[in-house]
Amino acid sequence: MSSSFFRLLIPMLVGIGALLFWEAAVTIGDVPKFVLPAPSVIGAALLENFGSLISALWVTLRITLLAFALAVVGGVALAILFSQSRLIEMALFPYAIILQVTPVVAIAPLILIWVGFDNVNLALLILAWIVAFFPILSNTTLGLRSVDHNLMDLFTLYGATRWQRLWSLQLPAALPYILGGMKISGGLALIGAVVAEFVAGSGSGTGLAWRIIEAGNRLQVPTMFAALLLLSLLGIAIFFALTLLEHLALRRWHESAVNRGS
Amino acid sequence: MSTSPPASDGPLLTLSGVGKSYNGDAPAVADVTLSIERGSFISLVGPSGCGKSTLLRLIAGLLQPSQGTLDWEGGDRPDDLGFVFQDATLLPWASAFDNVYMPLKLKGVSRDAASSKVQEALIRVGLGDVPDRLPRELSGGMRMRVSIARALVTEPPVLLMDEPFAALDEFTREKLDDDLLTLWRDLGWTVIFVTHSVYESVYLSERILVMSTEAGPGQIADDIHIDAPYPRGLSFRQSSAYFDRCKAVSAALRDGDI
Ligand SMILES: Nc1ncnc2c1ncn2[C@@H]1O[C@H](COP(=O)(O)OP(=O)(O)O)[C@@H](O)[C@H]1O
Ligand SMILES: [Mg+2]
Repeated sequence: MSSSFFRLLIPMLVGIGALLFWEAAVTIGDVPKFVLPAPSVIGAALLENFGSLISALWVTLRITLLAFALAVVGGVALAILFSQSRLIEMALFPYAIILQVTPVVAIAPLILIWVGFDNVNLALLILAWIVAFFPILSNTTLGLRSVDHNLMDLFTLYGATRWQRLWSLQLPAALPYILGGMKISGGLALIGAVVAEFVAGSGSGTGLAWRIIEAGNRLQVPTMFAALLLLSLLGIAIFFALTLLEHLALRRWHESAVNRGS
Repeated sequence: MSTSPPASDGPLLTLSGVGKSYNGDAPAVADVTLSIERGSFISLVGPSGCGKSTLLRLIAGLLQPSQGTLDWEGGDRPDDLGFVFQDATLLPWASAFDNVYMPLKLKGVSRDAASSKVQEALIRVGLGDVPDRLPRELSGGMRMRVSIARALVTEPPVLLMDEPFAALDEFTREKLDDDLLTLWRDLGWTVIFVTHSVYESVYLSERILVMSTEAGPGQIADDIHIDAPYPRGLSFRQSSAYFDRCKAVSAALRDGDI
């Protein structure tokens, strides 16, 4: 109990100390606001633009979550398809890799042309999805294949159908891998959404990335920092939500999440 | 839960010239010819790598022979074969109950309909009071008991066991040996039991098939009958008759080495 308390307390103390040092250094050194604003100035900028920043956050969040959800569904579904047929896997896996290794920044203009410039939201979604998709696919593929061979034999012995084998054996066995992939992919979906907005611009609503560019153009550095802060908080929230999900799903049986009572 | 063997004189299973080589390698099992009587307790002993598991998997139908044939009484391999591995091989996310229920679930039996059978199987292996525990909450011996309960829940005529107790401590192993013998006598199974322990095979079996690599790869070097009466217990374990038979089996194993 005390160890988890310290695990929260220590990073918080470090953070507060760093903020105080930052504030003091900027004030004493008389650093201009457009180079490095003090935390108090950033806080003020956040409050002042709160409404517009939150609505930008909402736009980015929506694209991130949608891309993430589609990545989970698509990645798991494709991995299941691969697990059912070596031929399909052999035929398609290389293209999944190509999609993964091609920098999303480089594909953005093409996607934008394909979906049309009046459909930027869709382009952002596709780009974020491309970034988030691969970890789910590769982790799930690995997980579906990592089933204990003896258990597979046992299912054969009892005459299990493909569907029974998938549902009662392979998917539960792959769950830790899928959740691990989701943790990586959640962060990537956010990065994808932000990078895509940098490259492709905003759709119907302005996202956080666009707010950062705008503020930069106007040298509103405190607002840039405020937007950055919201992005980090969003990333952290996504990470913790997925960690919590992983913990809840695995805590009873999987070695990685079991509380050993110490 | 009793299987009544149909009246018949022929062997349950006959292997004729059965051989297996994995993708063109030297054969893991070669030219095995033998018959297995219904209701018998047979051990396969031999050093590791001599082809015991391969032979057991051939019998289970998990592998197809490269040569020879397996003929089951009545034509086909029975639908329900119990198989117990060296590791308990349980579903780690499923309770003891659900692990034992698994074979019935795969056959489409509903949980309610299976419930009394599953509970009975758990009671038979001495785990009637912990159906809700997950594998990681059970000791190694208890996990193996779940594995045995899972193998017997379908009331299989044949139980195949691949070094099932090899990873357990000696106390637990001897206890499980005794419990297995009791189940075998109660249920009228045919048991084929793979072990690398001469002592365990002599204690358990009516008949011991000695495999060795040197007598020729994957062949059965000797076929020894252990004619001691059942029930066997501590007095048998400590009798000179027991040790004599252990010596004989050990000698048969060594003969193969020349
Ligand atoms: N799946 C496999 N592929 C290739 N060779 C195998 C495989 N399984 C077993 N073998 C080989 O077959 C031989 C017999 O193995 P096995 O039947 O497992 O012996 P045992 O159970 O007596 O230790 C060994 O030489 C082993 O390397
Ligand atoms: Mg083996």
